[in-house]
Amino acid sequence: MSETSQKEMTGEKMSVTSVSSANPTSAKAISESDIKALPSHDLIVVGGGPAGLAAAVAAFDAGITDVLILERDNELGGILNQCIHNGFGLHTFKEELTGPEYAERFEKLAEERDIPYQLNTMTLDIVPVDIAGTHAGCIVSAVSKTHGYQQFFAKAVILAMGCRERPRGALNIAGTRPAGVFSAGTAQRFVNLEGEMPGKKVFVLGSGDIGLIMARRMVLEGAEVLGVAEIMPFSGGLKRNIVQCLNDYDIPLFLSHTVVDIRGKERVEGITIAEVDDHMKPIPGTEKSFDVDTLLLSCGLLPENELSSKAGVQLSPATKGAVVDNTLQTSIPGVFACGNVLHVHDLVDYVSQEAKLAGECAAEYLEKGAGAAGASDTEGEARIVTVKPGNGVSYTVPSILHLNALAPTTIIRFRVRAVFKRAAIKVTLNGEELMSKKRPVMAPGEMEQVILAKEKIFSALENTNPQGSESVLEISIEQS
Amino acid sequence: MSEKSNFSTPSTTEYDVCIIGAGVVGSAIARELSRFKVRAVVLERAEDVCTGTSKANSGIVHAGFDAQPGTLMAKYNVAGAARMPAVCKELDVPYVNNGSLVLCFSEKDIPGLERLKDQGEKNGVKELEIIDAKKLRELEPHISPEAVAALWAKTAGIVDPFLLTVGFAENAADNGVEFRLNAQVTDVFLPSEKGLFQVSYVNPAAPEESEQRVLAKAVVNAAGVFSGTFHNTILQKVAAHNKNAAPTSENSTGGEGNAAPYEGAITVAPAFARDIEIVCRRGSYLLLDMNAEPKPTHTLFQLPTKLGKGILVTPTAHGNTLIGPTAVDIDNPEGIETSAAEIEDVKQKAGKSFPDIPLASVITSFAGLRAHELQHEFLIGMMFNGFFEAAGIESPGLTSAPAIGASLAEEIADYLELQPNPNFDGHRDGIVRFADKTPEEQRALIEKDPDYAQIICRCETITEAEIKQATHRSIPVTTLDGVKRRVRAGMGRCQAGFCMPRVMEILSQENNLDLEQVKKSGPKSAVLLYKTKEER
Amino acid sequence: MAKEIKELTCINCPLGCALEVTLEDGEVTAVSGNTCPRGEAYGKKEVTNPTRIVTSTVRVTGGTRPVVSGKTKEDIPKSAIFDITDALADAQVKAPVNIGDVLVENIAGTGVDFVATAHVSAA
Repeated sequence: MSETSQKEMTGEKMSVTSVSSANPTSAKAISESDIKALPSHDLIVVGGGPAGLAAAVAAFDAGITDVLILERDNELGGILNQCIHNGFGLHTFKEELTGPEYAERFEKLAEERDIPYQLNTMTLDIVPVDIAGTHAGCIVSAVSKTHGYQQFFAKAVILAMGCRERPRGALNIAGTRPAGVFSAGTAQRFVNLEGEMPGKKVFVLGSGDIGLIMARRMVLEGAEVLGVAEIMPFSGGLKRNIVQCLNDYDIPLFLSHTVVDIRGKERVEGITIAEVDDHMKPIPGTEKSFDVDTLLLSCGLLPENELSSKAGVQLSPATKGAVVDNTLQTSIPGVFACGNVLHVHDLVDYVSQEAKLAGECAAEYLEKGAGAAGASDTEGEARIVTVKPGNGVSYTVPSILHLNALAPTTIIRFRVRAVFKRAAIKVTLNGEELMSKKRPVMAPGEMEQVILAKEKIFSALENTNPQGSESVLEISIEQS
Repeated sequence: MSEKSNFSTPSTTEYDVCIIGAGVVGSAIARELSRFKVRAVVLERAEDVCTGTSKANSGIVHAGFDAQPGTLMAKYNVAGAARMPAVCKELDVPYVNNGSLVLCFSEKDIPGLERLKDQGEKNGVKELEIIDAKKLRELEPHISPEAVAALWAKTAGIVDPFLLTVGFAENAADNGVEFRLNAQVTDVFLPSEKGLFQVSYVNPAAPEESEQRVLAKAVVNAAGVFSGTFHNTILQKVAAHNKNAAPTSENSTGGEGNAAPYEGAITVAPAFARDIEIVCRRGSYLLLDMNAEPKPTHTLFQLPTKLGKGILVTPTAHGNTLIGPTAVDIDNPEGIETSAAEIEDVKQKAGKSFPDIPLASVITSFAGLRAHELQHEFLIGMMFNGFFEAAGIESPGLTSAPAIGASLAEEIADYLELQPNPNFDGHRDGIVRFADKTPEEQRALIEKDPDYAQIICRCETITEAEIKQATHRSIPVTTLDGVKRRVRAGMGRCQAGFCMPRVMEILSQENNLDLEQVKKSGPKSAVLLYKTKEER
Repeated sequence: MAKEIKELTCINCPLGCALEVTLEDGEVTAVSGNTCPRGEAYGKKEVTNPTRIVTSTVRVTGGTRPVVSGKTKEDIPKSAIFDITDALADAQVKAPVNIGDVLVENIAGTGVDFVATAHVSAA
């Protein structure tokens, strides 16, 4: 696979000049001939991490060969490049890989297909456009040193921009603002890619996986990690990471604790943690102080949806990602989302799975033309089922099922709100039970899923709501 | 313009004027002074300009109804606000005339609004109007339903406080004023043999270096929260001098020609002839994501009541919403930490004005110190022959800065009999912001400089070109915070999580530094400590 | 006969099964709580001879990056982790490096090679 030179574009003057990045609505003024003058692709994939790569490969294999990947970093693979620990790929490749190795497998798949991509390329905006009153696709604007300012017309777009870490400010930690406070992922980049140590005596706030992994990583590089505090009464990361990142190195985990103070004028000199009550308010008198030079934050990830929201994609307040249907199509026709930009995943294997579906559905959309069903479809004939998070469930993806686009099996992914032991996942359609699955342990840090067969959904619909259009599929947790 | 000044290699130790402090006031004085033929130096303790009170405030251009009529605060506020639009235009600094509203939450408090309006009119503020609840809702649809009336000040505005300070400083440097950063003044001595003040300073970044000094005909105390210390010290020195000197009536404060060594007693102007106490009044703020809706368009104050002064809710010049400040008096002039209680207080009180404020979108909290003089009045002018002050400058100090700068520069020029600088160019070109441009303009920028096509800060869409330019201006930048104040890289919702490694790389390249030498702010603020494998 | 039950969390995969390993006179007689055979194997090994994969980096000269990531090609005894990180502190390789290249042979005498998990091109 080669970084495309985009020959068809050079020397071609863009005639579309009225697309304002600040005001997407002005795109409506673009004429058909303007759009046709732009270099066009069947599919543009925004993001060349695990989701983008898997989606592009899947779309290609489904017959869409005119694909372009836009990647903002200087290499493909996304965040996996800095995740040098092992534990990736058990589901996908049946072996245990490190992050860069997992990424390389998918890079190879893309390479074998000669799928073009551009590196160091930031997508500035995605603007849906109509031709003669019908949605035609999107104008995608991007910049890079190699290619300058570019505009493309894409019939379909897959959003695969990933997520980012919740910063200190959003956590409202009191104290000074010295150097030495890092999000865990930033520290990970410094240590693993740049060979630089951001600290020597470290405390970690938040027991998300990156925080746990970085606690171990810092120890392996000779730093001292004095503890990890987690505001919830349970860990936010995978159980095995508690064992092999904290327990192996005798790093204490303080559950129901948070950082209440940061000290140090120029560089961190110490932090204070305190136990929190049921309302997550610090309990006076429970403070413990640690002399550290570094505080790493691993307090959650947020899907990176600035581009999506600017494009007009409807977002879910629960996931902070796009509202999608069972084809992973967003509220804009032909715009699909997958991976951590859709909802934050625990395992990259599930990202790859989801992205494959997005790629296949985008291919189907392109083959059928813009009329294919989707989340944007409000026609009365296309029957939909709303997927609702019930008791103990914080969200589901997808949140809409388009019955006319239902695959033989549908995976619904979700997260639970709290730790459940010996509980069951119950799925009902209009009150009728579709399935019940026992699970020994469920925790918010780990994604759950149910797989539903198409016939089961239809037969339940037949029983409960043969004509109506307002069907509800609910997923809830039942304590046994 | 934008050539490197000579500040890194001090060419001389003798100056006409030495200004202590490169906050917005010191920088404004320097810039206004550069209209004259003058050898001037600014000594700043920190590694950059704009690191004290000037970097952590509300960024508000107050209309001028708050101050007591007849005070210097009233005078400079109104004059500064009047100058602000033109100054910002000249210096290419973001300024918005958004207007302010003082909200009143009870019918029986409306006379309070009227008193404020009268006071403002006495101060010379134009376009003040008391509006009813209906008009208020037209102006601010999301205002609290409990607000019954407001004082609307149409002349009020908002300004980028960092760029205002940087703009003054860069323009001063472009016009020949020398800036010495990392120059912490340790003492000021009264004129001796050559008739020159001696100002000694050390480099806090290199404690092993010996103390240095500059000699100057005139000294300006613009040291912010430290201005009281300089004021009181020099007052003591004057008293000690006068004890030993024969009484004479010749050295009055009027200023007659060039500074001469003090042979007789020194007369201190009455307004300055007292010890002053500057209390560090800490104000904590919360800053919201620029995409967070709803947001106000006006600056919203709360009418002070028996329960306190209230919290303001305001847009910033860049479209974020800012809420704060608290007011807590502290002893430590470097105590800019926030406290959980203050953060909570800000959130709660801001909701009184703007109940729908999206507090989930807070991206950072910070605190700043106001140099609160206990008599709540500015000390501005010549204290005694050759010694000038802009002390006790708290709110509305930012608003007043352009007027304080102009007035003190005039006074200094009169005293030193300075001639106009025929080469003075008051125009400054700011760094062209990619994010503010239309696609056609963006395309043109990239064609001229491909570095504009490399986005470094994705939250604020800041390019490599902008960051590189920031490191090559007349006040160069070596720190992450310095870059943030100038081009906003790291100012957005991810708070530098993404761009910090990339900005550090640019800073290390452009300044020829190892990555470990790139600092967040001061000399002890290293971001990276050593290379992996190095210390095991 | 001394009977002992150890509670472990399986680290083979993200499921993190809660295991109970029964030891009688130092011999594992039963493993329960696992969902797959790998869990049983882990349980047995963890109480008798715990092992880990170690991942870290090695300094690179003449490359586009200053370090390259790597891993022990197989499990190593848990007790040897810090011998390995010490050995890595002294190691250095020349670019280019490819995935699978041996970075340190028989690292810290474990009999296991430390191999590259990423590419680094020559600068």
